[in-house]
Amino acid sequence: MQISDINLRERTLCYHCGELCTSEDIKIGEKKFCCTGCKTVYEILHENNLCKYYDLEEAPGISQKKLASAAGTRYSYLDDPKVISQLISFNDGKITVVNFAIPAIHCSSCIWLLEKLYKLHEGIIQSEINFVQKTLNIKYNPQKITLRKIVELLASIGYEPQISFDDIENKVKYQSNKSLYYKIGVAAFCFGNIMLLSFPEYLAPIGTLEHSYKQLFGLLNLILAAPVLFYSASSYFKSAWSGLKQKSINIDFPIVLGLAVLFIRSFYEITTNSGAGFLDSMTGLIFFLLLGKLFQGKTYDALNFERNYKSYFPVSVTVKKDSEENSIPVTNLVTGERIIIRNNELIPADAILFNGNGNIDYSFVTGEALPVPKVQGEIIYAGGRQIGSAIELEVIRTVSQSYLTKLWNKDTFTKSNEDKFNSIVNVVGKYFTIIILFIAVLAFVYWYAESVRTAINAFTAVLIVACPCGIALTNPFALGNALRILGRNKFYAKNASVVERISKIDTIVFDKTGTITQTGDADIKFNGTVLNSNEQKLVKSLVRNSTHPLSSRIYEAIEGNELADITYFNELSGKGIEAEIEGNRIKLGSAGFVSDIPETNLANDVNFTKPDSRIFLSINNTIKGFFSINNIYRTGLENITSSLKNDFDMIVLSGDNDGERENLTKYFGLEGRVKFNQKPEDKLEFIEELQVQGHKVMMIGDGLNDSGALKQSDVGVAISEDITNFSPACDAIFDAGNFSKLNTIISFTKSTKMVIILSFCISILYNLLGVSLAFSTEISPLLAAILMPASSITVVLFTVLSTNIISRKKGL
Amino acid sequence: MSVIAILIFFSVLVAAAFLAAFIWAVKSGQYEDRYTPSVRILFDDDAEGINKNTEKKD
Repeated sequence: MQISDINLRERTLCYHCGELCTSEDIKIGEKKFCCTGCKTVYEILHENNLCKYYDLEEAPGISQKKLASAAGTRYSYLDDPKVISQLISFNDGKITVVNFAIPAIHCSSCIWLLEKLYKLHEGIIQSEINFVQKTLNIKYNPQKITLRKIVELLASIGYEPQISFDDIENKVKYQSNKSLYYKIGVAAFCFGNIMLLSFPEYLAPIGTLEHSYKQLFGLLNLILAAPVLFYSASSYFKSAWSGLKQKSINIDFPIVLGLAVLFIRSFYEITTNSGAGFLDSMTGLIFFLLLGKLFQGKTYDALNFERNYKSYFPVSVTVKKDSEENSIPVTNLVTGERIIIRNNELIPADAILFNGNGNIDYSFVTGEALPVPKVQGEIIYAGGRQIGSAIELEVIRTVSQSYLTKLWNKDTFTKSNEDKFNSIVNVVGKYFTIIILFIAVLAFVYWYAESVRTAINAFTAVLIVACPCGIALTNPFALGNALRILGRNKFYAKNASVVERISKIDTIVFDKTGTITQTGDADIKFNGTVLNSNEQKLVKSLVRNSTHPLSSRIYEAIEGNELADITYFNELSGKGIEAEIEGNRIKLGSAGFVSDIPETNLANDVNFTKPDSRIFLSINNTIKGFFSINNIYRTGLENITSSLKNDFDMIVLSGDNDGERENLTKYFGLEGRVKFNQKPEDKLEFIEELQVQGHKVMMIGDGLNDSGALKQSDVGVAISEDITNFSPACDAIFDAGNFSKLNTIISFTKSTKMVIILSFCISILYNLLGVSLAFSTEISPLLAAILMPASSITVVLFTVLSTNIISRKKGL
Repeated sequence: MSVIAILIFFSVLVAAAFLAAFIWAVKSGQYEDRYTPSVRILFDDDAEGINKNTEKKD
């Protein structure tokens, strides 16, 4: 233990991004950097007197290791006037305004630096961050700086804007809830004043209020109530109407019915001087309902739940024609064209490798972190990312016809999950409406014998007090609060309905790679003759010179800081690396590569690319053994599977081969529950099959290959290591770090459903009390004014408090 | 009667002014980002930051 503690202290962290420095060579004065990229950013900021960036937060920068270089023709498509006009939001020749999404924004240093862009270039007039949406709004002078220059400038300091194919095709419009704020403002203003004007009626002893006052107050109340009903409550009328058009009664119908009756009866009473009306109750009810809507409408602006391949693919690609390189929009790509893909660039269409050494990282597509080597003539599917030197490809299918993108042509993607789902509140609302209408008619018939007037009074009174405000408030407050609690636990649901849908699931389907296994992390073990410290030093020195991800993993796995000088180094793509160090010849790679005898016993199951692959080591032509790399399952997986086993069916769908079968059955029990070699369509169809059998399915996945299954399932949850990064279209995004809380989250949603049902019971009790009073026509405005807010407040307090208590008990 | 009517008229007028102020605030985008301003206000204005072109670089 002590030794590793010392090691930790000796390790230096990058001054710019805070990552571990693998070498001490990159530094300026005392400040050390993990890579030259980080150092360059520091130099740019230092030159421009912007080093305060480092004072506000410690190591606030973005690691430059994995980013593609901004230089060259990468952004040349931004010189195209057509692309520019689609990106900018305003232009008058002197001032141009553009809005960029920058996922890297994460701290106050980011805000400080990005709002000081004018210091980096005089062409930039002003820049303003919206932290919540992670966007940067830039005003610039197009005569002094081009859009391309701005993007290159941002990329050079580590804040590369996310410009995707989707932004160009149809600009994503930020859905603002301004209109809800307006509606609440109007409702609050009118409700407050109506309340004030209604007090004399309630407080003055009967008969003491002057008739002229009564008339004036009544008239003012009517004027104030009209905008609340016709403007603030308009969405409820629309929703009830659209429900009726689809021949179904939703919860908005009895609300609208109650509101309409309230207003008509009040209008009649005030104009005929027969009473004061119920306008305070009506406006109060609308005000509370809108507040519930605001509370429920908690959204995670910076997260995108609707992403498909289009928001992931690049806007442009470099095309080579007659040895001339040009950047064209991806959509214009046709088959037969030659494209150049540089380090860290994405392959937008299925293509054949024509020139260069392919080393393709499919992590976004499959979740698999290790790159796959490809040689000339092999087909490379769209969605992969080239790691290493530039390659030349010949396009064989257009973007929309590619293997991966074809998935989106399925009709699963045109359906919305909300359409398929009927919320419990609407089911209750339907029966509630029928019963209330029945009682109201009964009251009318009962009193009809006495007089028509009394009958109408009783009829309207029933509808007024039975207005299901408590029921209508239950869902927004219970689910809205649950949404917040889940958000605190880094489970970001798209909307409140997702919470309710989770509570109904009975089957959970997992993807394997990247979902239940940890991405970018593997268990490295050395099998064979135990290496002495000198040999360890040699291996560490060898792998340090290779950029292959496996090499850097082995580098990290070997302890010690000593390194030896290398006299000779060679890397053979797809085979391995070799070097001469201190007179020793060291080879690391596939079995055939390290030993000159190809038929070794060890070579039987060698594959350099598979996750459970073996990397052989030979020193001076003696095979010392091999490094084995195994998946690491997420912490807490065992706990999750054992606690969910009794209540849910759990199935694993893996795109990989069955190498991990043994390990998985340990967690998931029966063999049939684990399926291997599943293509994206297979996953989608498997979920569909389960649903046909009547199961409610939750799919948990991470890559683009799970997109179909995520969309088809009743609840699609995308697991992500970094929630601002790409994740496919889904209903909820779940931070991988909190994976072990999955079972608690599911049981919490089930408890939330119980809270909702209990709350319905409470509000129905209130309604029963009101209806029994109303049936005898003895309903005064004062009674309504007390009963309605009382039931609303009880319901709100009950739902919010109980969900909070439950979450605390469950440790969320 | 008339005094109270005038008072009520003015009280509604004052309330309406607040409503107008609220609508203006929403319209001007103050409710769209409720986080950034809280951070931005804590940054000190550095002297050279006022004149943006004193130290221009190409």
